[in-house]
Amino acid sequence: MSQLDLARIQFAMTSIYHFLFVPLTIGLAFLTAILQTAWHRSHREDYLRLTRFFGVLLLINVAVGVVTGLVQEFQFGMDWSAYSRTVGGVFGAPLAMEGLAAFFLESTFLGVWVFGWDRLRPRVHLAAIWMVAIGSALSAAFIMAANSWMQHPVGYKIDSSTGRPELSSIGAVLTNPVFIRGYLHVLLASAVTGSVVMLAVAAWHLRRGRQVDLFKRAARLALVVLAPAIVLAMLVGSELGVTEAKYQPMKIAASEAQWTTCQPCSFSLFQIGGGNADHTPTKIIKIPHLLSLLATNTWNGQVQGLDELQSQYEQQYGPGNYVPNVFVQYWSMRVMAYSATLVFLFALWGLWLLRRKRLETSRLFLRVAVWIAVLPFVMNTAGWLLTENGRQPWIVQGIQLTKNGLSPSIDTTTVAISLILFLVLYGTLAIVDYVLMRRYARKEISEPAPEDTAEPVPSMTY
Amino acid sequence: MALATLWFWLVAVLWVGFFVLEGFDLGVGALHAVVGRTDAERRAAIDTIGPFWDGNEVWLVVAAAGMFAAFPGWYATMFSGFYLLFAVVLAALIARGVSFEFRGKFDGTRWRGTWDVSMSVGSLVVAAGLGVALGDLLHGVPIDQNQEFTGSLADVLQPYALYTGLTLVMLCLVHGSTFLALTTGGVVRTRARRLAARTAPAAGLVVLGFVIWTRISEDKGVLISPLEACAILAVFAAAWLASETREGWAFVATTVALATTVASIFVDLYPRVMVSSTNSAYSLTVDNTASGSYALKVMTIVAVVLLPVVLFYQGWSYHIFHRRVTRREPIETASVPQS
Repeated sequence: MSQLDLARIQFAMTSIYHFLFVPLTIGLAFLTAILQTAWHRSHREDYLRLTRFFGVLLLINVAVGVVTGLVQEFQFGMDWSAYSRTVGGVFGAPLAMEGLAAFFLESTFLGVWVFGWDRLRPRVHLAAIWMVAIGSALSAAFIMAANSWMQHPVGYKIDSSTGRPELSSIGAVLTNPVFIRGYLHVLLASAVTGSVVMLAVAAWHLRRGRQVDLFKRAARLALVVLAPAIVLAMLVGSELGVTEAKYQPMKIAASEAQWTTCQPCSFSLFQIGGGNADHTPTKIIKIPHLLSLLATNTWNGQVQGLDELQSQYEQQYGPGNYVPNVFVQYWSMRVMAYSATLVFLFALWGLWLLRRKRLETSRLFLRVAVWIAVLPFVMNTAGWLLTENGRQPWIVQGIQLTKNGLSPSIDTTTVAISLILFLVLYGTLAIVDYVLMRRYARKEISEPAPEDTAEPVPSMTY
Repeated sequence: MALATLWFWLVAVLWVGFFVLEGFDLGVGALHAVVGRTDAERRAAIDTIGPFWDGNEVWLVVAAAGMFAAFPGWYATMFSGFYLLFAVVLAALIARGVSFEFRGKFDGTRWRGTWDVSMSVGSLVVAAGLGVALGDLLHGVPIDQNQEFTGSLADVLQPYALYTGLTLVMLCLVHGSTFLALTTGGVVRTRARRLAARTAPAAGLVVLGFVIWTRISEDKGVLISPLEACAILAVFAAAWLASETREGWAFVATTVALATTVASIFVDLYPRVMVSSTNSAYSLTVDNTASGSYALKVMTIVAVVLLPVVLFYQGWSYHIFHRRVTRREPIETASVPQS
């Protein structure tokens, strides 16, 4: 394998791994803040106990999220120094802002919250968890602004002496249409992830008839957040698709393996074969007009085919292959959409049971709820594959090719060594994190309220 | 002052801030099993940095991001040039970061022992690795006319850089012990104080050696600068203050020592940002690596607005948790520091 392959694998690995924890952290931070607010308002002890319980789950994940985020930041320079040198003048700004505006907020107030139970007035302590939640959401905003710039570069001009893009309007970068929709999409996916996990944990306890009153509350909150979040996530996602179809037509055409231009265009549920070498896969169950709707928001919209786009790009950018990996694109789109649909149906089922007051007694639902927790992670990963793979072969759409972004001073062996190092590290961490999460998620919530005990917050200190 | 110059000093401030803040929690991470023999004592030691380590680490994140945004060329050459070094530093940061979270989440001697080791080793490696990187910036590594690093790992691990790493490790250890002496109680406090008093003179000699080596290699003459004098004096002062049980002042002294040592590297560096050992004309400078003026202006505004706010709430968080952590109940039985 070449340096390019290894560097891409390393980046994909770190990003995917990092993004298992990020949406869970954002989602759980807000849910924990809501629980604590409920306690603050109602003074019901149940809410306090739930706050602490889910707070621990949040903490275990923040730790891994933070440290893998550091790797992300360093990797731009380590593996992609030509990229960093070329576009740092634009791309670096949102990253620096992320650190200043979001990371400091999130991490400082997390420390304040964890250790501040007995030292702060309840109102200030409540504010601390909200600061954590806001900080986590802000950090996603800046990194999405940076990523959206790679998808659809705006607010820059090419410096005549260096030939490199320089920032010319921060306002344009922060109002990039891809950013606005993409950021909302990520926030909603985070709400989905957090609430599905919360629901799964509650369901596990409810199925065993443990602390039913307590976990019923958690399950109800999770469902009430989940149902609108998954609907909105799908709607915003479809809007994002239309936006991307405008700026990155290759991405959308590849996600349908649409080699020829079509109008109106149908959406296939499955295909057999396909990929960059097979231009005539067998498409199974075509839904007429659906691709037109998804890509253009109109019933009879035209979608340009990959072949036509390829020849357009060759004219514009010179000879080369501008088609992304079609197989990955086609299936990541479907895995994302189908997982989301399953989560949506599951949420409807839950709401229906909730209305009938049978949520805590439906054994089948509770059993399914535990396993459904896998889906948001599958959905999130597929979503990132769709958007990042769909940008290829560009690292910054229209400005720099991925292969030109590599570090010239690095050889394949060096990348391989670090790849193995991080693979081992991530693997170990994933196992430890999963075991700990499972242990804590299955714990019964301690009966006495923590402020009555001698040791104030045993589970939250070291 | 041009904005690029301002950003150089801002990046320097972020690195100084990182070493001053993370410096003591690296020290605590490395020493928690030395000052604490029982699990409760170790936990008391770790609890002193519990609320802070994560926020302290953000100083590194922002320093790196600031370099990326303000000096893309510097960031690109440095991070790709120090590739394997940084891979190891990252692994160490990960190991120690999760150790804090994971250690107490399960009862078991072997479990705790494992995380104790990864916390100590991780902390030492982070201090050493980043010290090596700073030493390399000043002493120079092979860089060609296109600002590309052309050396190997052996060039990165050159003697001067390794010695800079050692210097920062020593300073972090002393800084960690004075912090522990200030923030713990009982036997942990006594051990930490003794440790500070004993290691500080050694650290002072190492810093003295660092100053001499730097002056010789940088060809600066024999008259040492106020910053360097300050660094040396502060370490020895810390030794004396610790032995006199003036823990608050001892901590101030180690803070000054770390700050001045790291600052002196950046002062010597300016206006270069990364020295080329191939040809001094190829050295990366503030001017030849900076971003465009508009980007710098935007970031300056953001930094000027946000940095004071950050300093305010981080300071506030230190204020909340300023009581001593003793054994068992880190929060209940805490007393006010007597500095």
